[in-house]
Amino acid sequence: MEEAANQMSPAVLESKAAYDIIRERFGDAVSEFDANPTMPFFEVLDVDRWVDIALYMRDNSLLQFNYMACLSGMDYPEEEKLGIVCNLECIGKYAHKIAVKVKCKRDGGSIPSVSCVWHTANWHEREAYDMYGMVFEGHPDLRRILCPEDWTGYPLRKDYQVQETYHGIKVPY
Amino acid sequence: MGLLDAKISNRNVLVTSVDNVMNWARLSSLWPMGFGLACCAIEMMATNASNYDLERFGIFPRSSPRQSDLMIVAGTVTMKMAERVVTLYEQMPEPRYVLSMGSCSNCGGPYWNHGYHVLKGVDRVIPVDVYVPGCPPRPEALIGGLLKIQELIRMEGLGISREEALKKMAEKSVDAQQVLDKTRKAAIA
Repeated sequence: MEEAANQMSPAVLESKAAYDIIRERFGDAVSEFDANPTMPFFEVLDVDRWVDIALYMRDNSLLQFNYMACLSGMDYPEEEKLGIVCNLECIGKYAHKIAVKVKCKRDGGSIPSVSCVWHTANWHEREAYDMYGMVFEGHPDLRRILCPEDWTGYPLRKDYQVQETYHGIKVPY
Repeated sequence: MGLLDAKISNRNVLVTSVDNVMNWARLSSLWPMGFGLACCAIEMMATNASNYDLERFGIFPRSSPRQSDLMIVAGTVTMKMAERVVTLYEQMPEPRYVLSMGSCSNCGGPYWNHGYHVLKGVDRVIPVDVYVPGCPPRPEALIGGLLKIQELIRMEGLGISREEALKKMAEKSVDAQQVLDKTRKAAIA
């Protein structure tokens, strides 16, 4: 472990320090730390506690992840799961940043919404819903954001097949 | 070919057909609708601006479809936009012309296969008169397309349908390579 820590870049070490604080508070609700050199991350295993973790990450004086840089949707067909990846940063106080992954069931799965924690998440979650179809519980306005409202299917799922016609217009080439 | 090439007699009298005068007036003040959909619109704006100066052809973008003769579909037409494009087209008074600018509006372009959201060619929803290839086409190419529209208008007349005018235009088309070869030979000689 010591040796692994030595190989980490200073940026990853900062993320690790932030992760340790979260791990100490939430224990097994979060996964092990993944020292990915591009974007170190951890996964939220107890999905119901995701909002608590998010609030803790934003408000703890040693963490202060006050900026959500991005929230992306993901499709994991092998695991039968959908998920999100949140890139969180701190602006103004610390230089650390970390990515958080949250997963849910592929069919009818849901993830608690963090749009009350970071307002950025509002539209990003709508986009993830638009493209992947997972429901964000507690989202104030969960509608499609890019596709037309009467579009069928979720375009960025790996098994997506485009619809034949839309309002009488042929869609495939 | 143009009206002004005709001989004007010494009393400033010009004898020509009504068709000719009408066509000359229409093709010399083509007003496109000022709307762009993607990167092609940047080239279209560049063509309108001083370097290429479309106004020397009498082409000047209008901000309402009701005042336009020409629709330049400049850019990617999404499925969401397709219905709006149809509405705008229907709001234009006849006779109206459509120029499809760039690969996206010609055939879907780079989105032809995986672009679930892109209409694979604007000709699926509105009739297109001239296609300008390119991604995006250079201003010269767009001007070429606009000159083609002018040529099409020149072929029109009372009692001549658009199809007949297009056929006439196709008959009069010249092979570009031959013209190039001829020009090169003349330049060398």
